[in-house]
Amino acid sequence: MEVKGIYIKGVKNEEFKDTEYLQKYYVEELQQNGSNIVIGALDDLLNWGRSNSLWPLTFATSCCGIEFMCVGAARFDFARFGFEVTRSSPRQADVIVVAGTIVYKMAPVLKRLYDQMAEPKYVIAMGSCAISGGPFCESYHVAKGVQEIIPVDVFVPGCPPRPESLLYGMMQLQRKVKLDRFLESAQKSKKRRKEAVREIRENDGKLK
Amino acid sequence: MELKEKILKRLPDAGFEDAQYPTVTVEPDKLHELASMLCREEGYDFLVSLTGVDWGDSLGVVYHLARSGNPLDMIVLKTATADKEHPQLFSVTDLWETANLNEREAYGLLGINFINHPDMRRLFLNEKWKGFPLRKDYDASPENNPLSIESEPFSDKLRSLSFTTQGDIIEKEKELFGKEEYVVNIGPQHPSTHGVLHFRVSLDGELIRKVDPNLGYIHRGIEKMCESMTYPQMLHLTDRLDYLSAHINRHALCSCIEKAVEIEVSERVEYIRTMMDELQRIASHLLGWSAMCMDMGALTAFIYGMRDREKIIDIFQDTCGARLIMNYNVIGGVMYDLHPDFQKKVKEFIPYMRKIMKEYHQIFTGNVIADERMKSIGILSKEQAVSYGVTGPSGRASGFSCDVRKHRPYAAYGKIKFNEVLREEGDTFARYMVRLDEILESLNILEQLVDHIPEGPYQAKTKPIIRIPEGEYFQSVEAARGLFGVYICSKGDKSPYRLKFRSPGLSLVSIVDLISRNEKIADLIAIGGSLDYVVPDIDR
Repeated sequence: MEVKGIYIKGVKNEEFKDTEYLQKYYVEELQQNGSNIVIGALDDLLNWGRSNSLWPLTFATSCCGIEFMCVGAARFDFARFGFEVTRSSPRQADVIVVAGTIVYKMAPVLKRLYDQMAEPKYVIAMGSCAISGGPFCESYHVAKGVQEIIPVDVFVPGCPPRPESLLYGMMQLQRKVKLDRFLESAQKSKKRRKEAVREIRENDGKLK
Repeated sequence: MELKEKILKRLPDAGFEDAQYPTVTVEPDKLHELASMLCREEGYDFLVSLTGVDWGDSLGVVYHLARSGNPLDMIVLKTATADKEHPQLFSVTDLWETANLNEREAYGLLGINFINHPDMRRLFLNEKWKGFPLRKDYDASPENNPLSIESEPFSDKLRSLSFTTQGDIIEKEKELFGKEEYVVNIGPQHPSTHGVLHFRVSLDGELIRKVDPNLGYIHRGIEKMCESMTYPQMLHLTDRLDYLSAHINRHALCSCIEKAVEIEVSERVEYIRTMMDELQRIASHLLGWSAMCMDMGALTAFIYGMRDREKIIDIFQDTCGARLIMNYNVIGGVMYDLHPDFQKKVKEFIPYMRKIMKEYHQIFTGNVIADERMKSIGILSKEQAVSYGVTGPSGRASGFSCDVRKHRPYAAYGKIKFNEVLREEGDTFARYMVRLDEILESLNILEQLVDHIPEGPYQAKTKPIIRIPEGEYFQSVEAARGLFGVYICSKGDKSPYRLKFRSPGLSLVSIVDLISRNEKIADLIAIGGSLDYVVPDIDR
């Protein structure tokens, strides 16, 4: 099976590249474990809503921030794809677009912002500075990529990336969200927790 | 030279050099005397740039001074101390207020202590940072300063050094904020700080008592990186300083290098550069206007401004192939020739923009709420603007005539007629209006140039390896936010010994405390919007 059946408005499925990750970690796992028909359907419904209303955090440190603003403004307008509004508070945001260089002094702030966001949360590393330090990777004060600080879902290369490529990266994130098994994994972890508790109790009994 | 005799009469030991600008070298204990003579008696009331340099066996500071009447009639002061363990120089904060943040920068990056400076904290780096990056023997290995995701507490102790009556140096400490004060954080992640700027604001009810800017959240160490790069390599870093005036920054560095190695650029290149600079200025002012209006609650204005900025970006894109970071100027010319559609598109753009400017004024300028929030708020006087080194639209709104294009025309600015937009009020509204009027003035410049671009080569031939002859060079241009200067100190190598960017933004941030005191906290946002600083330009 391929990564298919993910409908993104306006773009054909074949036009997306870089699907190896989704194939490996989402589709193959789903095929191995299967899915409960009711919960799976509910998950699809949830994901449809979630992926079409991913609200980014207003967060930019340097040049890429201006391109991020352009994507939000008249010509490119990411509201067309459901990124609707940028939120200034991390409590209300679903995705943080790390637009620009992250330096050592900023790293704790970025980590705190990420921690303040409510689950489920996603990260897009925009531009070569956020990916690897970019033109400043020789510097004494620049973090060599934002993945050293927070986990990243999508990397968008460029210095700065054009608005089209940021939109593509955001759509890739939508595809990822659409393959999430949100309720199912919650149920599984509940099951796992129950098992773990039972195991501990049994062990406790043995110890006594 | 008359001034030389005056200085020699007062300080017979002073050394003179006739470099690009007259240069005076003095011993550190005589510096303050000379500086105060130049400032108070000779009218050098504008400190253009203050650069800390590690000369190898000594640590020194280079001051570029100018008269506010003619900001480019410059004189250079130099001093150095041989004590590298505990380097101490005298502060000039009492003469020029702009020295305050610049000396803190020199302290943070080079470890020079300034006696009588009221606030010796590191400007960009954390207090615990090991070593001083701009020193030549700095150990940059990451083990010394590992990446940490733990927040460090801020140092609120203002350390100051001063002399006792016996001549000993004593250290005093003062708390930044008293225990009774109510302090609010604005930033570093705040949409109205235009980047990652951090203000700590002490409030009394709604009124601002004190603002402490905390910088360095985007300090990338560009100046240190330049010391290990060749001249063509370092060009691309200038675009990323003030990314909204990318062309202009790069123009400054290119023309500084061209002057130093005596490369003649053709007239066509001068015209192309001038036109690109003006287009860039319009784009930058448009974004500044949009962001300011958005900060004050007018989202429609933001959408309008960004829409029209895209038209300029289209012109850039045709010729340079990029939207924001153009990498267009190179040493000896420009990267590519103009696109065949360039003139046509510029000619279409000029009347369009003139028409749309009226709409801008209708939508926002006359608005009652906007007027209430802008008029007589955040007033900066002309004397303060000069002392704090505030240039660009913000300085001109206070009546400080500081337009480099006018005072020392570079590129094609000498061949055209344009007015310097000046206002007297110095409040938020004046800064707002100067910016909008400058867009019209830039359109006039474009109109005069667009039909007369001369034929010629777009790039001069340069040597494959560019070496700048030994010496010091300073070149300034009028960037969208003020005087942008490049100081190169070369030892004849293919990379500079020390390179400093004089950023207009640092002065803009230094006046936030001054002009927002006793204003309401909501007005701080409007004041910040009207100053229109770009943080990566400040932090470098």
